[in-house]
Amino acid sequence: MAGKLAQKSAITLRGSTDIVAEFFSYGINSILYQRGIYPPETFSRCQKYGLTLLVTTDDTLKKYLAEVLAQIKEWLYSMTVQKLVVVIKSVDTAEVLERWQFDIECDKSAKDPGAKPREKSETDINKEISAVIRQITATVTFLPLLETACVFDLLVYTDKDLDVPDSWGESGPQFISNSEEVRLRSFTTTIHKVDAMVCYKKDD
Amino acid sequence: MPKRGDFKVEKLSEIAKRRNQIKQRKSDIMAHFNFENNLSELTKLDAPMQRGPLMRWQRKALSLDDQAGAGGSSDRHLSLPEGIAGGLSPRRTRIGSSRTPSKGSKTPLTCRTPNRTPGKTPGNSKKVSGKTPNKKTPLTPHSDRFIPSRSTTDQDLGHYLMMNNENENPLAGGKVDYQQRVTENICKGQQDPQNAKILSFRQKAPQAKEGYLNNLKVLYSSGKCSAPKALSTRQIPQQPDRILDAPELLDDYYLNLLDWSSHNHLALALGGSVYLWNAGNSTVTLLCELESEEEYISCVSWIKEGNILAVGNSTGAVQLWDVSQQKLMRTMGGHAARVGSLAWNSYILSSGCRSGAIHHHDVRVADHQVGTLTSHAQEVCGLQWAPDGRYLASGGNDNLLNVWEGMAEAPVHSFTHHMAAVKAVAWCPWQPSVLASGGGTADRHIRLWNVLTGACLHSVDTNSQVCSILWSSSYKELISGHGFSQNQLIIWKYPAMGRVAELTGHTARVLGLAMSPDGSTVASAAADETIRLWRCFEIDKQRKSSSSKSFKEPVTKSALQRGIR
Repeated sequence: MAGKLAQKSAITLRGSTDIVAEFFSYGINSILYQRGIYPPETFSRCQKYGLTLLVTTDDTLKKYLAEVLAQIKEWLYSMTVQKLVVVIKSVDTAEVLERWQFDIECDKSAKDPGAKPREKSETDINKEISAVIRQITATVTFLPLLETACVFDLLVYTDKDLDVPDSWGESGPQFISNSEEVRLRSFTTTIHKVDAMVCYKKDD
Repeated sequence: MPKRGDFKVEKLSEIAKRRNQIKQRKSDIMAHFNFENNLSELTKLDAPMQRGPLMRWQRKALSLDDQAGAGGSSDRHLSLPEGIAGGLSPRRTRIGSSRTPSKGSKTPLTCRTPNRTPGKTPGNSKKVSGKTPNKKTPLTPHSDRFIPSRSTTDQDLGHYLMMNNENENPLAGGKVDYQQRVTENICKGQQDPQNAKILSFRQKAPQAKEGYLNNLKVLYSSGKCSAPKALSTRQIPQQPDRILDAPELLDDYYLNLLDWSSHNHLALALGGSVYLWNAGNSTVTLLCELESEEEYISCVSWIKEGNILAVGNSTGAVQLWDVSQQKLMRTMGGHAARVGSLAWNSYILSSGCRSGAIHHHDVRVADHQVGTLTSHAQEVCGLQWAPDGRYLASGGNDNLLNVWEGMAEAPVHSFTHHMAAVKAVAWCPWQPSVLASGGGTADRHIRLWNVLTGACLHSVDTNSQVCSILWSSSYKELISGHGFSQNQLIIWKYPAMGRVAELTGHTARVLGLAMSPDGSTVASAAADETIRLWRCFEIDKQRKSSSSKSFKEPVTKSALQRGIR
């Protein structure tokens, strides 16, 4: 596992998957807080990436996220995952209002047993991740209001030939019909590269 | 044997009779024809009735004319519908009778078809609607019935199209191709969506509690939201004392364009010029102007003594101006980008740059740059030295609030609690270790810190972007300037942080606040290009006399001024 020491610069595949999975966990929590999917009182602060981030304290939600992310971590390790999408839907009409898409590019050569660990300092990666999370926070200035009560769903795009575990089912892409798209920053651990983008329904 | 003459006569009479007979015959036939014509006309109902009984209004018109006694032969034409169409309305009479033509007379009834169905053909109805905005119903009680003309609709074609549309496969033909291209473009061509499986966890995420309403709507929709009831024990005027015009004021959240000196001069940067407003006698002087159109002033800050104004501009240079002589004393460069914030600490001037660097300048010496701080990654928009000069607080667009001790290179505290740019930074005048900070749009909180321990003493949600905070020693209160949606100034009671008052009036977001030297008035500059002066901390005469040893010591011209080169 890539050490937590600030000066450690060698990134292994296992370390990279940890970093990316952690980013997703905090990223999803930030999106849920900023978009108001859950009441803000259910979030608590924690320090990470040099920022103060809010994570949920709700047990059911925590359990759900933990299960999903554990599976995603496995897929990240086997490099079979292509995208992670957070879909925000209205409860009453089941209409998709927002779509946060994280594209994952895996450098397959890192899977080779003889591969050298990559050189990238953790502080650099943390800086890039904090920039993405700050951008997610700042999107509140232009995203349209979510008027109705909303619920979120997580979609994972994986390789076609993957064995689907029982707890997961196939689903459609859930695109938004009349959408506006904004690309956010990306970060890379040299093994995994994550691009972020948000699609929202155009306000007519 | 009849005589010849007799025969003639007979013939004539016979011819006459014959003629009469033929006439009769003709009229009979004509009558038949007429009857047929009438019948067909009646059944068609599209064309005006050529012959037939007069309409009631026609009869009325006739009778009126008769009454009037105007024996014009044209009256007789009233019997013919065409005559009516010639321009006379049923209501109009040639002699101004008591029935004056009302506006309603220009109703559809004046159109060429004076029958019961006005405005039937498209052409007619168009003309009519153009003429009359109000269609008064005619006095006559017979109803206007709109019967559409189906002559222009092609029933067959319409039916065919409708029937065909139902059966058509929406993706037939070239549409499949189009769909494919659309999905390709959405996926940006990286991965053919057919190659990826989309999975979703079967067990769905828990929903938010019942009755939880997304409160962002309250925050981000304009309109007077119900703010908590403010407790005020004194009378704070809700209207500004004065409103000053500030044309060309740059609507940039990150700039600090307003400052009030201890000599009671208000400095304001408008575009590329700096103006001074003397609050004592309300005179305005233009201090300086930049030559280039592209450059602008990004920050102004008065020295504590009140005679020197530091001006930062978009090129990264900081100029020092002697106000009494209106002379430029020196220009200090060194920044790579615009200087958005300035802060004085006796002879040290700190400048914050868009690059995130903070430079300390010793204004007395030639080699002015005596310190460089690089802890901010983005624009430094809030900068202030503590009143005792021990600490410097800086807020940046990277959401960091840094506290530095003296001229140290590394911050002693780096607070990350704010989720947006920290522009509002203010030290408490009577408690040198208490700092107040306010966050931008995504944060909206005011936080109070104790810099000795690094603890956050208090955090208040203001529901609006915070641009500036000032402390009032006389009342132990804070005042903060806000943006969307109320554009108000809020006065808070310290340390409880309850709202004392809200001052509204600005029609666009507040960009900066400055306090008068006597502490009674607060000036707010806003994006609506006005500066409003609020007399919210009125100096109570009794209080003033009791605390005669006020914090404002008499400011003497220090050796500092002579020292600035």
